Amino acid sequence: MGVGRRLYLPGGSPVHRLPPQCKLLAVLAFAIVMVATPREWFWAFGLYAGMLAAVAAVARIPPGHILRRMVVELPFVLFAFLIPVIGLGERTEVLGLSLSVPGLWAAWNILAKATLGVTASILLASTTEPRDVLVGAQRLRVPDLLVQIAMFMLRYLDVILDEMRRMRVARESRGFQARDLRHAPVIARSAGALFIRSYERGERVHLAMLSRGYSGQMPIIHDLSATARQWGTALALPLAALAVLLLGGLAA
Amino acid sequence: MHVPDGFFTAAVSVSAGVVAAAGVAVCLRGARRELDDRTAPMAGLVAAFVFAVQMLNFPVAGGTSGHLLGGALAAILAGPFTGVLAIAVVLLVQALFFADGGLTALGVNIILMGLVTVLVGWGVFRLVTRVVPGRGGVTAASFAAALLSVPASALVFTLLFWIGGTAPIDLATVAAAMTGVHVLIGVGEGLITALTVAAVLSVRPDLVYGARELAAPLVLRGADGTSTVTGRAPEPAAGAGRLPFLLGGLGVSLLLAGIVSFFASPHPDGLESVAEEQGFLGQATDHVFGGFALADYGEVGGIPVGVAGIVGVALTLIVAGVIAYAARVRGRASSGERV
Amino acid sequence: MIPNSLEVSRLAYAYPDGTQALFGVDLTIGRGERVALLGPNGAGKTTLVMHLNGILTPGHGTVTVAGTPVRRDTLKEIRQRVGLVFQDPDDQLFMPTVRDDVAFGPANAGVRGEELAAVVKNALDRVGMLDVADRPPHHLSFGQRRRVAVATVLAMEPEILVLDEPSSNLDPAARRELAEILRSLDVTVLMVTHDLPYALELCERAMILSDGVVAADGPTRELLGDAELLARHRLELPYGFAIPAAAERG
Repeated sequence: MGVGRRLYLPGGSPVHRLPPQCKLLAVLAFAIVMVATPREWFWAFGLYAGMLAAVAAVARIPPGHILRRMVVELPFVLFAFLIPVIGLGERTEVLGLSLSVPGLWAAWNILAKATLGVTASILLASTTEPRDVLVGAQRLRVPDLLVQIAMFMLRYLDVILDEMRRMRVARESRGFQARDLRHAPVIARSAGALFIRSYERGERVHLAMLSRGYSGQMPIIHDLSATARQWGTALALPLAALAVLLLGGLAA
Repeated sequence: MHVPDGFFTAAVSVSAGVVAAAGVAVCLRGARRELDDRTAPMAGLVAAFVFAVQMLNFPVAGGTSGHLLGGALAAILAGPFTGVLAIAVVLLVQALFFADGGLTALGVNIILMGLVTVLVGWGVFRLVTRVVPGRGGVTAASFAAALLSVPASALVFTLLFWIGGTAPIDLATVAAAMTGVHVLIGVGEGLITALTVAAVLSVRPDLVYGARELAAPLVLRGADGTSTVTGRAPEPAAGAGRLPFLLGGLGVSLLLAGIVSFFASPHPDGLESVAEEQGFLGQATDHVFGGFALADYGEVGGIPVGVAGIVGVALTLIVAGVIAYAARVRGRASSGERV
Repeated sequence: MIPNSLEVSRLAYAYPDGTQALFGVDLTIGRGERVALLGPNGAGKTTLVMHLNGILTPGHGTVTVAGTPVRRDTLKEIRQRVGLVFQDPDDQLFMPTVRDDVAFGPANAGVRGEELAAVVKNALDRVGMLDVADRPPHHLSFGQRRRVAVATVLAMEPEILVLDEPSSNLDPAARRELAEILRSLDVTVLMVTHDLPYALELCERAMILSDGVVAADGPTRELLGDAELLARHRLELPYGFAIPAAAERG
């Protein structure tokens, strides 16, 4: 299974069909508005979560898929639970535990925003083919060269991970097991060999590109242009979030 | 471990994004100058290598394991410009395809793990190789470079938080604690980096960017049997002349970041006012995640942050647009046929 | 008169590190011929191939493709006319999907839109890989990847198809399928290999490249029948292999 495909769930929903550049900008703008929201506005975060749930429903992304992907966040969740316990300052009693109030606020802030952010990213990655995400980035004027680099990285990631796996099998089949830092030289030799292979492959890929007429620019193969209507649909998400933020500001 | 959304205020996130975009733009130009139309496949493969190497766990002690950040390693093996590009693309891909690291925190992540580790790592590497020549020098320099790049990254994290956060932190205390923890982590990074560079050096010394000056000079044989030795192999293109430009660009961006952050923080002198909080922060940093403990205070209630965030968004879009446009125009102008 | 597909004359080359790989190669391949270039490892086969589309520039001598000399100013045209299929298909298939990869060459030549789609479809059809068009190359089997690699080159409508070790790493079925595809193509083929039975199966004519020069040139059957010649150039038929009396050719 290709690394780049792990999050993507093929589908024909309206969310899947939106041009990638619209989705990319929408998710980015949503994340910025969400991060800019004061942590005291619990209701606003509730509304944001509702918006993402609505997008997930329209895209027919099962909740289980999103929840499974959230393990990325786990280290930070564990940490967030730790802050109120070790924190100082004004304290309060919850179930017999003495917790720090500023610590609780901090934990809530991280949990809420990181969770909403990761959910939005998962929705983007689940409804957009990796290749299209890059095409979208290109349409958003991310420098062409950077997009090309990312494209090559995605293409060869699996190839290189396979090479790494084979080297590990070769090490272990000769009885090697990394136990402590004294075994670092063996790991480092593998890393060195991996670099040489990656570099040489890069050179061969370059030759293959030259052989088919490459001269520094990627030819335009997909011309994905977005209509005003598609932009409107995609930007409904961040605009709704922005409305929440502005309304909250007026009320305060 | 990447910073997710919510650690920094919107204003800091956006400013960091601008700084990161400027740094990456400089590196795009630099890499293109060095690698020409090989840039995309070479940097792409180096990025895939960095991604793979970050998955290579090495046991530290007592059942815990660590993994490489890879910034210094990429810079020494592939050159500083390509190194930054590779790390930036790794972070971009992790954020976009794996939801690892917040989209709004992408700028912060690129600064911490890409720009800082590569700049510090490469600087230390050049310095040490000048003092200690030869292969031993390259290995020693790799160790020092990778070691120092880790606490440097942690320090910049602290600094960023001190600039951007409204929570009161005692910069000196926190910085000291952060440095202590991360020097320990850095020893592991330094060891693996040095050994990896040494391994490549022993098989394909020509592929180690940082060891180009070690290449044997060419010998020209004359018809009369005499032989002359040419000068050293050509200097790598990353000359000192570009460093001021790089630092200048970063400086301007940081200034911009500072201005935006000022808007974000309505009470800049509140930093000193809540003294008792410092105790908590000092303790919290003893934890491995110490750096991140500070970040919890990255939010302040009220409108100004939101407003600043929106100002920041507008600013970023404008600046990023200008940078992207400039990079495209230059990219077109400099691309040419290669044989 | 139809010009020869390929003419190489007095070609010599030394790598920048001083190692000389080619010492005056002469060869001519007429249009429509299928020729095998045989030789042991290190004979200079790959170096020669790299000259055919101008990736390497000759130290001495000339390469001419269909009447056009390989020069800096003709590179764009030459690279369209010489289709190189690399040994490792992973090096050749660098785009996210099969379709994009096949489109890469013609798109660089300025083909766009529906015409591009038609070219891609035709090329994939010729190697029987139309049904995997939207898959990423990494999900294909090795044999499928090699066939797609051939398609990426066919999409450029080359004058001559140059294959580097086409049968390496293929299982017997994939090997036979590739042979059938190659026989069905109406282009000039130069096949670089040390798989002698495959050369015999596909090519009427063979050359032996040894120590940087063409050491023998003639009907494949005759060359492979000369045990002493083969031995001199570190080539061997597989154990138990006998040259069939009359080979069927399509």
